[in-house]
Amino acid sequence: MAMRLSNRIRRRAETVIECVLFLCAAGSVLITAGIIAVLVMETAAFLRDVSIVEFLTGTNWTPLFSDKHFGVLPLVAGTALVSAIAMAIALPAGLLSAIYLSEYAPSRVRRVLKPTLELLAGVPTVVYGYFALLFVTPLLQQWIPSLSGFNALAPGLVMGLMILPLVSSLSEDALHAVPDGLREAAFALGSTRMQTTLRVVVPAAVSGIAASFILGISRAIGETMIVAVAAGQQPRLTANPLVPVETMTAYIVQVSLGDTPAGTLEYRTIFAVGMLLFIMTFTLNVVSNWLRQRFKGMYS
Amino acid sequence: MSRVYEAQSLLPFVTASTTLASEGPSKIAATHLDFYYGQAQALTDLSLGIPPNLVTAFIGPSGCGKSTFLRTLNRMNDIIPRTRVTGEVRIDGQDIYAPGTDVVALRRKVGMVFQKSNPFPKSIFENVAYGLRVNGLQGNRSELNERVEESLRAAAIWDEVKDRLHQSALSLSGGQQQRLCIARTLAIQPEVVLMDEPASALDPMATQRIEELIFELKKTYTIVIVTHNMQQAARVSDRTAFFWLGRLIEYGPTDRLFTNPQEKLTEDYVTGRFG
Repeated sequence: MAMRLSNRIRRRAETVIECVLFLCAAGSVLITAGIIAVLVMETAAFLRDVSIVEFLTGTNWTPLFSDKHFGVLPLVAGTALVSAIAMAIALPAGLLSAIYLSEYAPSRVRRVLKPTLELLAGVPTVVYGYFALLFVTPLLQQWIPSLSGFNALAPGLVMGLMILPLVSSLSEDALHAVPDGLREAAFALGSTRMQTTLRVVVPAAVSGIAASFILGISRAIGETMIVAVAAGQQPRLTANPLVPVETMTAYIVQVSLGDTPAGTLEYRTIFAVGMLLFIMTFTLNVVSNWLRQRFKGMYS
Repeated sequence: MSRVYEAQSLLPFVTASTTLASEGPSKIAATHLDFYYGQAQALTDLSLGIPPNLVTAFIGPSGCGKSTFLRTLNRMNDIIPRTRVTGEVRIDGQDIYAPGTDVVALRRKVGMVFQKSNPFPKSIFENVAYGLRVNGLQGNRSELNERVEESLRAAAIWDEVKDRLHQSALSLSGGQQQRLCIARTLAIQPEVVLMDEPASALDPMATQRIEELIFELKKTYTIVIVTHNMQQAARVSDRTAFFWLGRLIEYGPTDRLFTNPQEKLTEDYVTGRFG
């Protein structure tokens, strides 16, 4: 009798725990769905007042001025410019450090170096932002006198530094997953270590490396603090890295911090820009995931 | 050439303790070879000579050192950290562990086929062309095509792949992949081909094709094969060496080693009493 009672209690406890866990999991899904729903609704409201063609192709972004224009291209250009500079640093340096860690470093060095590199990813991005504004920009101004106090170059470089560990770590995972049999085969055919690495291991890991690159790009596009602090707040359709620009993320920060009244058209611009940003990073993440799955399937 | 060695096979079996003095010109000669993984000794005082243009089989239970010994012959163990070799391995009289040895040139001369077929995730053609390209032997386009075809023919896989040379090597069956790996090894024209259990992952039909191939290849190459399968050793090899716990226990003509082993351990192993 007592046995049966304790059994029943246990079973009920199991049910309760299962429910709680389900609610936790469902909660995060529901909240994400809610965020997307808000984005979509506010964007729809925005697009009732501004045509989607004007939004996507206009070259003037002045929603906060009296002469309002809603062409998002200057913000997209700012994002693209800073991200391109960041990737020019993060992709080659990330891949090279991954190659070193996976193919050249003795295991003892790798065990120390890899976690250290990953620590870089733990530095708060606002610190990187002020590093760009107060250290890198003045430093660069010594060589480039025409560099503005706010510019795309310094935050781009610093963002590259920030994303480097991500690219390096994921690329290293991809290289490490290449079966040793392929390395042995390459060596046995008279390859040097460099030939083995560049002609066999890297090509064999290419989809995993591509996945890490795309994730890096997605990270750069979504990065907010560094550009909000150091790139300026002037939407400008330019490829010149020396002048102030504004990225999509920095614009969202600017408007949400200001005193734009909720429900106005100006206020809705942040949702429209946010929606565009979301579509871009979401697409990149999906592509990256797909590549990684394909890579995993190749060697398992 | 092989006639000479048939005659020499009359000489008494060569064990670890007897050296090569009586062996005639060996293609490969190991003398007092010791090998260590870190602190663990994997090979102890190994001495044996491998004659040219014959098939020499290494047999023995798992962990007996036969694969380790095979891999010392093209210095594949170099890429494993914390390994150490003492003693000598001479190939054509050259000590391959002498300082200043060109390991890349050594591996061109001593090719290797692995237990698990390991084609590169490239096309069939590129797999075979790889060794030629990294060694700067590719020549012009038609020479390269010729060498690739020649190698695929030598590995008895040409007819099966000639219409799909530019498809991925990973689309081939396991047995075909292994013959492709042999073709890839032959492409750079080695003198010695080391085979580490080349058929252990294959079905009987594919195994038979590999064995027939080995029989063909020994006309041109010196072949050393590690195998778990004693019937296979008996079928394909001219000489057999039996290893146990990192030592060479007995070495001699395959027929004699299987029918009239001199050592008790060898007899127990080849009659299936352990292993």
